[in-house]
Amino acid sequence: MTDTLLSAASPGSRNREQVRKGLRRRHRSEVLFRWAGILSIVAALGFVAILFGMILSKGMPSFWQSTLHLEAYFDPELIEGGPQPQREDSNSDADYQRAYSNWQRAVTLSNWNTVVETAIRAQVPEFEIETGDLLDLVTTAARFQLRDQYFANPDVLGQTMPVSILGSANTDNWLKGTIDRSQPDARQQLAPETRQLADQFLEQGIIRFDFAGHIFTNVDSRSAPASAGLAGAFMGSLYMMMVVIVLAVPIGVASAVYLEEFAPKNRWTDLIEVNINNLAAVPSIVFGLLGAAVFINYFGLPRSAPIVGGLVLTLMTLPTIIIATRSSLRAVPPSLRQAALGLGASRNQTVFHHVLPMTFPGILTATIIGVAQALGETAPLLLIGMSAFIANIPSSPMDSATALPVQIYLWQGNENRNFFEARTSAAIIVLLGLMLMLNAIAIFLRSRLEKRA
Amino acid sequence: MNALVIAALLLVLLTFSYQVGWSRSRKLAGNKSQHLHSRPIYHGVLAALFAVLPAMVIIGIWALFSEQVTNSFIVAQLPPETAQLSQMQLQAAIARVKAIASGYGVVGEPSATEVVAAQVFASYQQISFLAVLAAAAAIGAGGLFWAQRRIGPRLRARTEVEIFVRIALMACSAVAIVTTLGIVLSLLSDALRFFSFINPLDFFFGTTWNPRFQSAGTGSAGEYGLLPLLWGTVMISIIAMLVAVPIGLMSAIYLSQYADERVRNVVKPIIEVLAGIPTIVYGFFALVTVGPFFAAAGDAVGIDINATSALTAGVVMGIMIIPFISSLSDDIIAQVPRAMRDGSLGLGATQSETIRNVLLPAALPGIVGAVLLAVSRAIGETMIVVLAAGNSPVLRFNPAEPTSTVTVSIVNQLTGDADFTSPQSLVAFALGLTLFAMTLLLNVMALYIVRKFREQYE
Repeated sequence: MTDTLLSAASPGSRNREQVRKGLRRRHRSEVLFRWAGILSIVAALGFVAILFGMILSKGMPSFWQSTLHLEAYFDPELIEGGPQPQREDSNSDADYQRAYSNWQRAVTLSNWNTVVETAIRAQVPEFEIETGDLLDLVTTAARFQLRDQYFANPDVLGQTMPVSILGSANTDNWLKGTIDRSQPDARQQLAPETRQLADQFLEQGIIRFDFAGHIFTNVDSRSAPASAGLAGAFMGSLYMMMVVIVLAVPIGVASAVYLEEFAPKNRWTDLIEVNINNLAAVPSIVFGLLGAAVFINYFGLPRSAPIVGGLVLTLMTLPTIIIATRSSLRAVPPSLRQAALGLGASRNQTVFHHVLPMTFPGILTATIIGVAQALGETAPLLLIGMSAFIANIPSSPMDSATALPVQIYLWQGNENRNFFEARTSAAIIVLLGLMLMLNAIAIFLRSRLEKRA
Repeated sequence: MNALVIAALLLVLLTFSYQVGWSRSRKLAGNKSQHLHSRPIYHGVLAALFAVLPAMVIIGIWALFSEQVTNSFIVAQLPPETAQLSQMQLQAAIARVKAIASGYGVVGEPSATEVVAAQVFASYQQISFLAVLAAAAAIGAGGLFWAQRRIGPRLRARTEVEIFVRIALMACSAVAIVTTLGIVLSLLSDALRFFSFINPLDFFFGTTWNPRFQSAGTGSAGEYGLLPLLWGTVMISIIAMLVAVPIGLMSAIYLSQYADERVRNVVKPIIEVLAGIPTIVYGFFALVTVGPFFAAAGDAVGIDINATSALTAGVVMGIMIIPFISSLSDDIIAQVPRAMRDGSLGLGATQSETIRNVLLPAALPGIVGAVLLAVSRAIGETMIVVLAAGNSPVLRFNPAEPTSTVTVSIVNQLTGDADFTSPQSLVAFALGLTLFAMTLLLNVMALYIVRKFREQYE
């Protein structure tokens, strides 16, 4: 009997032992699995943090740029062309335009570099430096800046005015340390005297890091990278977004309403649905090919124009808006429709007077999300020529323009890597800021409107 | 000015005809013996439609053709030898006449013929504009007259307006079909033109990609082998999936099965931020941060890794796709019936065993569909690879070396001055067609699998 007890107990304890061992193994794998989950979340969050950290740390310094505060003398001996011509009754508009443009040309051809040089030398009269090296200190746009100041107010001829001139991109690199300061002279962009002068000016407070407002007001510039700005790209993007909103929202909402509320169940409707689902997944670059072949080559619309970009982005945004609007239409309780129909409203009246107003917050959100998505799209715009260098702010959607993401693409390819890495990051900050703002507006409006409804 | 006048005309027509329709139906309705079918507002809208639409058609036709008619009119006014001038000079001559006619004037003394032409042109301009305006107004008035005569007890104005609205809605939803047609037709026709230069077999099975540009002066068309590009695309997509699938799937599992509500509410939106970032930003991130990091890491362990390579582009693309995978698999896991999970837990399985042995096998078809969708995004992605893949269209199997993809080559071939006649730019459409076909196939497969999966549990 004791034997049977023992023999019964020993396999039992062995089993328990086995189960315990198995449990330990199973719990260990449970913990491992859980840690794998935590690790992947940490990795995903880490990517977000690294991405934003990199963009912010590179881009933020670019918003404060080295600026020289000088006194400029508008020397009548240097500035040619004399006083500004006036329009008289005797000459035609064309003649006046010619006289005016002659004066402009004379003023433009004046030696503005010497005006800039005199202004800088006045700060350090005894410092010995060659003219070329001295002018390397400031942006090449300095002379245009003084010229434009003169055009805006020709009365300053012969007077001294306080001016603030941007330092050149290389000066900015040197002072911010984005270029290795320990490199030998041969590998530096600036002459030793220029670097010394820059350091001296910074100490004296002649060079200060001012807020670079010109990033928002200037257009792109190749010859004067320090004064390159986003205004042209911003206007280009704005025009495109206007086209997208004007076209994509009405068409998108209308087709969503048709498909969800009116369409009979037949092959035609199925075809449309399959099409919309597929369009949502077509690579964006294919839309660029469509734009190049149809809008530019076939319809002869101008290359690089925001109207073409807007049309392409409209076609890309449509599926987003349609799908989102449909889902918010589906969320409207059927009882509402039944009540309206029961009271004798027609189907059109039911939809337009009762169902559609309920979906307004959803449509608004869909619109903003679609627009934000379109705002960041780059690839199709390259194919319709929006990556051309444009030095003007477009005044209509038919003018040549570029767009914010394309400007980022252009800037990251600039040869002056030290300067443009920061400038590109700054442009990215502006773009992400705009998108963030759009999304914040969407969330805010949705929560407000839904509360009211 | 002209646009303003036209807009004013249309607006006047609109309000007037609406008013006529409205007031006339009101008057009829006031007469007790007659019962109108629709309310006055519909009669007004119907009248406005009848009046404004034909007028808009007239003005539209004029807007389409006025430019050509005007130019040929000016040329007819100038001495006959002008017509023999080159296109550029002809345009300049026309522009001069227009400038004189507008009163702005030209630099210098205009010739006598030009002045005469400008005078004739100015009066022509006025007359033609007035004629178009009058025609539009007359047709509008005619439409209105007809519409208001139709107003009566038997006119179903509301029904007609609703039919019009219905047709307009349907036209809007047909835009999707027109877009797809446009894509397919434009890709096909230009790809066929490309294949008239290059044998399709050489394109689809060639192993060398070397489209010499015409400016190089060799005269030969170059070689257009698709395989190096296709392999680059596939390699980068594989790397991207190796990054995105484990991280995306595991974070979706952890967030839906383990994490408590508060963590989930914070972490999920942050991961989804990754989905909203423009791809150009990822490209810049790859170029400036990830690429140099890999190169340095490779140096440290003695492997030669290029800063711009398939590896860099693939990893960054994987990061971009994480939220896509995680939100899709989240949805799919949520659709697996709770009873299956509870059954497994009730039998004593640990949570991870339940997930691995019950949840994942059940959700597998859906997850495969999600991964296919993600792959189709990866092969269509452009900006990351343009910036970070190194643009070196050579058939290589080492992911640490530069490569190129289908999308990169489309951008390279079409970003210059596209003239749509040389194989160098037309090849972009053949590549686009390949890309479109690949993504379409993947999407159709994925949607089919996901739909089958949904039906299984409904």
